[in-house]
Amino acid sequence: MKSVVAQHLIKTYRNGEVRALDDLSLDVEEGTVLSVLGPNGAGKTTTVRILATLLAPDSGHATVGGIDVIKSPEKVREIIGLSGQYAAVDETLTGWDNLVMFGRLYHLGKQASINRANELLERFSLTDSARRPIKTYSGGMRRRLDLAASLIVRPKVLFLDEPTTGLDPRGRQEMWGVIEELVKDGVTLLLTTQYLEEADQLADEIAVIDHGKVIARGTSDVLKKQVGGERLEVVVESAHIKTTMEIVAKVSGDKVSLDEALRQISAPVSTGATALIEVLRALDAAGIHPLDVGLKRPSLDDVFMSLTGHVAEEIVAAPVDKKKKGRK
Amino acid sequence: MKNAISDALVITKRQLLQLARVPEVLIFSTIQPVMFVLLFRYVFGGSISTDQPGGYVQLLMPGIFVQTVAFTLAATASGLAEDMGKGLIDRFRSLPISRSALVVGRTLGDSLLNILVLAVMGIAGFVVGWRPTSGLPQVMLGFLFLLLFGYALSWTGIFVGLSARDARVVQNVSFIITFPMTFLSNAFAPTTGMPRPLQYVAEWNPVSTMVAACRQLFGLENQFGATAGSFPSEHPLVMSLIYMVVIMAIFVPLSVRKYKNSSK
Repeated sequence: MKSVVAQHLIKTYRNGEVRALDDLSLDVEEGTVLSVLGPNGAGKTTTVRILATLLAPDSGHATVGGIDVIKSPEKVREIIGLSGQYAAVDETLTGWDNLVMFGRLYHLGKQASINRANELLERFSLTDSARRPIKTYSGGMRRRLDLAASLIVRPKVLFLDEPTTGLDPRGRQEMWGVIEELVKDGVTLLLTTQYLEEADQLADEIAVIDHGKVIARGTSDVLKKQVGGERLEVVVESAHIKTTMEIVAKVSGDKVSLDEALRQISAPVSTGATALIEVLRALDAAGIHPLDVGLKRPSLDDVFMSLTGHVAEEIVAAPVDKKKKGRK
Repeated sequence: MKNAISDALVITKRQLLQLARVPEVLIFSTIQPVMFVLLFRYVFGGSISTDQPGGYVQLLMPGIFVQTVAFTLAATASGLAEDMGKGLIDRFRSLPISRSALVVGRTLGDSLLNILVLAVMGIAGFVVGWRPTSGLPQVMLGFLFLLLFGYALSWTGIFVGLSARDARVVQNVSFIITFPMTFLSNAFAPTTGMPRPLQYVAEWNPVSTMVAACRQLFGLENQFGATAGSFPSEHPLVMSLIYMVVIMAIFVPLSVRKYKNSSK
């Protein structure tokens, strides 16, 4: 079942001068994570605002949890949570104040609001700072509290608009951990991001948007394949280059290239990990110990480049997470 | 409906909590009107000649009370604009709460603050010689009137806050509205000294009818120029009530609609 469906959304600003959304369609399967990836100004926030009932589209149709966002916004609000750039908490109040207040606004009773606030503060490791005004929180703590505020009534569908923009690497890692936990609990999540690594790490599916349109969608793997297959890369001592090139050529059956400065031999492979094992076995049999070996998949940067013909403008590179860097 | 009220009260409580967390706001919002009392009483009071028994301070206090509650417009407007700028309004709008809750809650919160400010000003006025002669019930009725007037203007503030969106613009716009409104009136000096065409404007000004109503309730004589004998001069209390109803009738629906449709 689709938890979120958007069909042919069009939204213009300044009397049609700016086309924020230009026939945008997307959907999210229940219990999965869709990441909407695109540079600033691509229409990510506008999409979220429409789905979260904050903004009406000029035309088009959208449902969340099967409910029409334009016809029954008040019903949609009962099942969604929204957090991100433009949905904030009261900075003058303490974290505890905020969560209790939002509990009351979700019509939990007084005691239930207090219990839920304590529970969420505990879960997001904010208990120690619960009684401090949010002004004194670090960026990461503030985002966690913001996220907690959107989880008061266990929403069926959660919208996170650029949840890690502006966070330092540690804050981002923490936020990713928290989001992964939520996903395990089965929430349907639509997440916008301009960080390629973030989409790769968190999402089941990625919708790449540019100029208000979805220009590609699929799993991270599908998108990468769309751009081209994997390449096998081996780095060896200079003395072994020639033999290694022969081995790689045999496995790949394609053109082998050599980067002499790096002593790196690479070739396209279609069988992925199997090709990697074959090459390693052959190298071992020949008594060659590779200095480095790996399968290089195209990065999402490459994906964006090949889809749009231009680099992802204004995309800020996220700090690279070593583990996830394509080498497997 | 029950939810709409309880939601609004949660928002009002939020404002009171803010005051508890940052008491400086409360201190400065009471210091300012007290400062006005002292400045007008001792700086201008000496040069404005009046045959009012008890002196200028008797005429001044109702004027300053009205001016202070008129500034609720600015307080509401900038508070709301600040919430919008920080994205808090979007959060509230994504919640399953009544659409009127946030604006109703804020106007109530600002009125509660007015109660405190008026009390502090009343005490300050008493210290510098203000002695209403009418009796407690009338004086209390006067304060009730002041609160209602502040509440009505608070709704104008909601509209200004939602329309201008930027906190600094809001501050400027509210001052452009409230300054002429409070000074082009009988609040600090008799209108009889103004050029005759201006007297009409000043005496029909809701601030003047409010000041006149309060003076009446505090046991003072009113003085009118060009409009002497007209309805507002004869019945400032009724006229003020009419103004409040008109202001609310225009700005409550306008503000609620604006809030529903507001988006960045």
